[in-house]
Amino acid sequence: MRPGLVIRLLVLGLLVAFIFAPGAFGWAFAPLNRPNQPPIYTQSSLLRLTLSHLGIVLGAVLAASIVAIGLAIVVTRRAGEDFLPLSRSLANIGQTFPPVAVLALAVPILGFGNGPTFVALFLYGLLPIFENALTGLTATPPAVREAARGMGMTGWQRLVGVELPLALPVILAGVRLSIVISLATATIGSTVAASTLGEVIIAGLLSNNIAFILQGGLIVAVLAVLIYDGLSAIERRLGRRGGAPLPAA
Amino acid sequence: MSQPTAPMIAIEGLCKDYEGRRVVEDVSLTIGRGEIVAVVGTSGSGKTTLLRMVNRLVEPSAGRVTIEGEDTRAQPPHLLRRRIGYVIQGNGLFPHRTVAQNIGTVPRLLGWDRARIAARVKALLEIFQLDPAEFAGRLPHELSGGQQQRVGVARALAAEPHLLLMDEPFGALDPIIRAKAQEDLLAIQKSFGTTIMLVTHDMDEAIALGTRIAVMDQGRVLQYAPPEDIIARPATPFVDALLGRGDRPFRLLSLGHVRDLLEPGTAQGEPIGPEASLREAFAECLWSGRDALPVIENGQALGIVRREALARQAGRPQ
Repeated sequence: MRPGLVIRLLVLGLLVAFIFAPGAFGWAFAPLNRPNQPPIYTQSSLLRLTLSHLGIVLGAVLAASIVAIGLAIVVTRRAGEDFLPLSRSLANIGQTFPPVAVLALAVPILGFGNGPTFVALFLYGLLPIFENALTGLTATPPAVREAARGMGMTGWQRLVGVELPLALPVILAGVRLSIVISLATATIGSTVAASTLGEVIIAGLLSNNIAFILQGGLIVAVLAVLIYDGLSAIERRLGRRGGAPLPAA
Repeated sequence: MSQPTAPMIAIEGLCKDYEGRRVVEDVSLTIGRGEIVAVVGTSGSGKTTLLRMVNRLVEPSAGRVTIEGEDTRAQPPHLLRRRIGYVIQGNGLFPHRTVAQNIGTVPRLLGWDRARIAARVKALLEIFQLDPAEFAGRLPHELSGGQQQRVGVARALAAEPHLLLMDEPFGALDPIIRAKAQEDLLAIQKSFGTTIMLVTHDMDEAIALGTRIAVMDQGRVLQYAPPEDIIARPATPFVDALLGRGDRPFRLLSLGHVRDLLEPGTAQGEPIGPEASLREAFAECLWSGRDALPVIENGQALGIVRREALARQAGRPQ
């Protein structure tokens, strides 16, 4: 086994152990706090918060992926070419809007809870996925495109059989970027009562409890690193299969 | 339905306009069954557009094309294209699919069953001298340029089309592999009887492969004739220029075989085979300073070919 893999498995093991039995790690966090402060967050279970955090992120990225990839497919067809500039600016607006502002605007409509966070992450996730899907779908080598048409593939067969598989590594890179951004951004959702790991961080900030802040932050960071790593590995494998150069970033 | 007596391709008054500019101008030509027609021209002559109008990758502005007597507009373009083999420069193999999957593309589109596709792929790989056990599962980027090109042609022939369209099929190959690829194509064409319409900018390639050559310039066909006629009687100064004055006698010689000029007798030195071109024989005479070469096939002496006879053959036909 390669050392990189050993370290990753070790980190994953630690993360799982901590989420399932945070009490056992009290000794590690206690030195950060004053003696009378609790070292481990116990108001809600870390397992439940982690799952909910991941659920919101994956749900929002999934929705963003469907919309962004769908949009990219539409504007790379001949019939949809005219909408390319419009769709680009829409995705850009989603990115320029600060997530906090989205939260503030969405609360009056959706109320407190997971809803506003979901909307903010969805909007924030659109751009990287859309841009990468666009890059991937327009990068089909002209000879391959020509051969596919010349052999009598229909538009749908070319999309599903040739263009999407070839674009997949680049599209996945966009999804990966979106997931990592969303994992971090989701924490601020707890300011409007979304059930995410941000709750632990905010509790720490309110009660001046450094151990809480660190716990929340560490879980999010480790999740982000592991997911980023895993998706990168999948992309590399797909890229190698396609014989394509590795997508940047 | 196709008519057995109709020519393979009949092009009638075909025109194509792009943004008000006419790139193909009133082209009419027929291509018989089993012919290899090479369309030669400089870039921008409209030769590729003409080819692409046959399988409707480009829709004609005027005129019509019939294939085996059937108007190409009688069916949707993608169904038409599945019946016609298509090979392009750089071959356009699908980089994410194996050699076997690439070759099986059109049969799969046509809904052949799995066993039939597998058998056809295996047969084609053997014809193209690619060991199925070794190559079927490889990805295109794991092949050499020459192997990729062969897979590209095999893919075009997979569904047993009567007609094969080729757009600069050997353009990306180096000269040695290119000559071999041309030879292989001729051999395969002979055994399948496939009609080929081939676009090239290389007059040597057109002469080597074509039973007839169509010379195009500025969207028009200037001359459509067998290679001997093109070389002997170029219709316009442009055709003449394309042939290159200095090369004409040698181009003419390249059309004949040593067998045609065989004479009884004996000669000294390195022998030559009866299927070698007259051009090769003449070059060998000049290079080795001999007046005649012995002709030997499978170790058996057939006679000689004389330099004088070769030189006479290189003169303008009367």
